[in-house]
Amino acid sequence: MAALATSSTQELGPITGTSVILDCEELSTREINDALRGLEAGSHVTIVHPSGRHNLAVGLFEHLDIVIDGHAGYFIGGLGAGPDITVNGFVGWSVGENLMSGTVRVRGGASACAGASSHGGTVIVHGSASSRAGISLKGGTVAVGGDVGHMSGFMAQAGTMLIGGDAGNALGDSLYEAVIYVAGEIASLGSDARIEDLTQDDVDTVRRLVELTGFDHISPEDVKRVASAKQLYNFDALKGQEY
Amino acid sequence: MMPSQHVSGDDVPEVRDVDITPSGSLPPQKIAQIQQMAETGIYEIRGAGGKRKVPSFDDLSFLTASISRYPLEGYRERCDTTTVLGTRHAENPMELAIPITIAGMSFGALSATAKESLGRAASFMGTSTTTGDGGMTEEERQASDKLVYQCLPSRYGFNPHDLRRADAIEVVVGQGAKPGGGGMLLGQKVSERVAAMRTLPAGIDQRSASRHPDWTGPDDLTIKIHELREATSWKVPIYVKVGATRVANDVKLACASGADVIVVDGMVGGTAATQEVFMEHAGIPTLAAVRQAADALREIDMDDQVQLVISGGIRSGADIAKALALGADAVSIGMGALVALGCNSAKIMLDGAEMDVSDDYARLGTKAGYCHHMHTGRCPVGIATQDPALEKRLSSEVGARRVTNYLKALVMELTTLARACGKSNVHNLEPEDLVALTIEAAAMARVPLAGTSWVPGQERG
Repeated sequence: MAALATSSTQELGPITGTSVILDCEELSTREINDALRGLEAGSHVTIVHPSGRHNLAVGLFEHLDIVIDGHAGYFIGGLGAGPDITVNGFVGWSVGENLMSGTVRVRGGASACAGASSHGGTVIVHGSASSRAGISLKGGTVAVGGDVGHMSGFMAQAGTMLIGGDAGNALGDSLYEAVIYVAGEIASLGSDARIEDLTQDDVDTVRRLVELTGFDHISPEDVKRVASAKQLYNFDALKGQEY
Repeated sequence: MMPSQHVSGDDVPEVRDVDITPSGSLPPQKIAQIQQMAETGIYEIRGAGGKRKVPSFDDLSFLTASISRYPLEGYRERCDTTTVLGTRHAENPMELAIPITIAGMSFGALSATAKESLGRAASFMGTSTTTGDGGMTEEERQASDKLVYQCLPSRYGFNPHDLRRADAIEVVVGQGAKPGGGGMLLGQKVSERVAAMRTLPAGIDQRSASRHPDWTGPDDLTIKIHELREATSWKVPIYVKVGATRVANDVKLACASGADVIVVDGMVGGTAATQEVFMEHAGIPTLAAVRQAADALREIDMDDQVQLVISGGIRSGADIAKALALGADAVSIGMGALVALGCNSAKIMLDGAEMDVSDDYARLGTKAGYCHHMHTGRCPVGIATQDPALEKRLSSEVGARRVTNYLKALVMELTTLARACGKSNVHNLEPEDLVALTIEAAAMARVPLAGTSWVPGQERG
C-alpha cells in the first residue's frame, strides 16, 4: 500500500517498524485506524494530509506516538487509552473526548467541547478553544493556552482545567469536584461555581501543568481557582437553587 | 345531592349529608398536589410512569382467521420468532431468538442483583439486555450473552474498554418517560459503588445531563456514530434511542445519521425517577409512535435496512403482536420485566421462605400494586434499591426464573395470536390484521375502526 510506509517495510503486512507514515489522501479513516490498531506499542506514526478528516486515531489502547500533520476534524483521539497524539494544526469538535489516558496536544486552536467527558489523560490546546471546553470532565486534564468559550467546564465532575487566557460566560456551571484555574478574565461564573482562595497545592498543580504544557505565559501564583460551591448537590427548595 | 348542613359545636354531619362531588378541574388528587407544592416549594419526583389513561394497544383487536383466512395449528405448526437487529452496517448483527429485548435500566436505579437477574433471563431466552445510566457492571456483563451498551448524555461510567466488550451500542437521545430531560438518581441511591462508577460524590441528588457533551444536531450525530464504529472496528450494531415526540422527523434524522436500529420509546414508558410533569405531559403514546415511526422508515425506503424497536408500556404478548403488526421489528420491555422480577408484589421469597412485605409498602405510604417509589431507594422487594439489607430480598436465581417465565409466556401469547392470524413468522403480522376499538386508536394506528372501513384522516376507498 503506497500510502503507508515504514522505516523497515514498504507494505502494510505485519508492521514492526518504528516509524510509519499514513496518508489520508490515499487511505480511508477506517484503513488508518485499522493500521494504527495493528501497530506495536511504542511505534511512531505520522498521519499526513488530514485535511479536516474526522475520527482519526480513535479507540486506540496502545501507547503510540502519533503526529497528525495538518488540520483535523471532530473527535480526534477520542475514546483513547494510551497514545500520545500531536496535531500540527487546528481541530474540530470534541478533541480527546472520553480519553482514558495518554495525551492529545493541539498546536493550533480547537472548536467546541475539547476534552469532553475525559476520564484521564491530558488534552492540551495551544491556541484557544471554543465553547464547552472540558464539559462533563471525569478526571482528565484539559489545558488551553488561550481563551475558552461559554459554558466551559459545564457539569465537570472530576479533574482539572487550566485556562491560559480568558473564559467566556457561565464558566463551571453545575461543577462537581473538578477544579478550573484561569489566568485571564472570567466573563461570568455559572450556577454554583465560585472563586476560591488559592492554596499552595493549587500553585504546585498549576506549576506542574505549566511545565507539561509549556504555557509559560501563565504565572501559577496569579491564577483564579474556580470550584463548586456545592449548593446544588442536593435538592433544597429553600436555598433558591438555580437550575 | 343534598346540600351540606350547617354544623355548629360538636355536631358532626353524617357522610351522606356531605357533598363529595369532586371538582372537574380540582379533584382531590390535584388539590393534594397543590398543597404539597405549597408546602415544599418543589415539584413531585417519583418513579414508574404516567398514571393517566392514554390510547394504547388495548384499543386494538386482531382480525384472526375465519373463512377468508385460515389459521395455523396453535400447538403443532412452527411460528418463527427469530429476530435480527443491526443488518445495515455491522459486521455482527444482533441475532435474537425472540423479538423481545430488555430495556436499558441503570445499575443505580436497580440493584446489581436485579441487573444480573435480567441478564440471566435474557440469556436463557436468547435475547439481549441493556445497560443504563451508570455504565456496565461486571455482574451484568457476565450474566448477559448479548448486552447492549448505552451511550448516554451523562456518559457516567462510559469507557472504551466496556465499549469493545459490548454486543451493540445504543446512543440514547431521549427516554419516553422524560423526553428532553436528563436522568435522575436521588441521593439515597447514590451509594459508594454507584458514585464511584459515575465519578460523583456519594449521596448527592444526581441529575444527569439532557444533551450529549460532544455533539448536538444530526450532522454531529453522524460523525459521532462514525467514531463509535471506528472505535469498535465496525463490528457491532449502533442503535439510536429517542423518546417519542417528533417521531417521524427523529426517525428520518436517525437514519440519515447512520443508525442501524432505531428505538422509539413512548410516553407510557417507565423510569426510576423523574418529575411527574414529564411523565404526564410530554411525548406521545407508544401506540401513536409505532405507526409513525414505521411509516417514516417506509417513506424513505429504509424499512428493509433499519430495524425498529418499540418500547414504552409493553406488558403482554398482545401488545407485542400489535406493535409488530404496526411495523416494529422488536419490542423492549422495562417495567414489565421489573414487575416479573417482583416489583409491586406483597410477598417475597427470602432464604426459601415466603415473607410478607406489606408493612414496608405502608411505610412508604403505598401498598403492593400501587407503588411508584423507585426514587426513594426503599424498594420493599429489593429491586430498585442500593440498600444492602433490602437488596438481599431479591435472589438472582428467583429473579432470573421469574423473568424467564414471563418472557416465555409473552412468546406463547405472541405466537398464539400470530398463528391465529395465519402467520408462520411473527414478523409477518401486518396492519391489515388489526382493527381499532376507539376512534382515537384508529386515527393513531391508522387501522379501521372495528366494524367499519373507516380510518380517520384517510379518504374512504
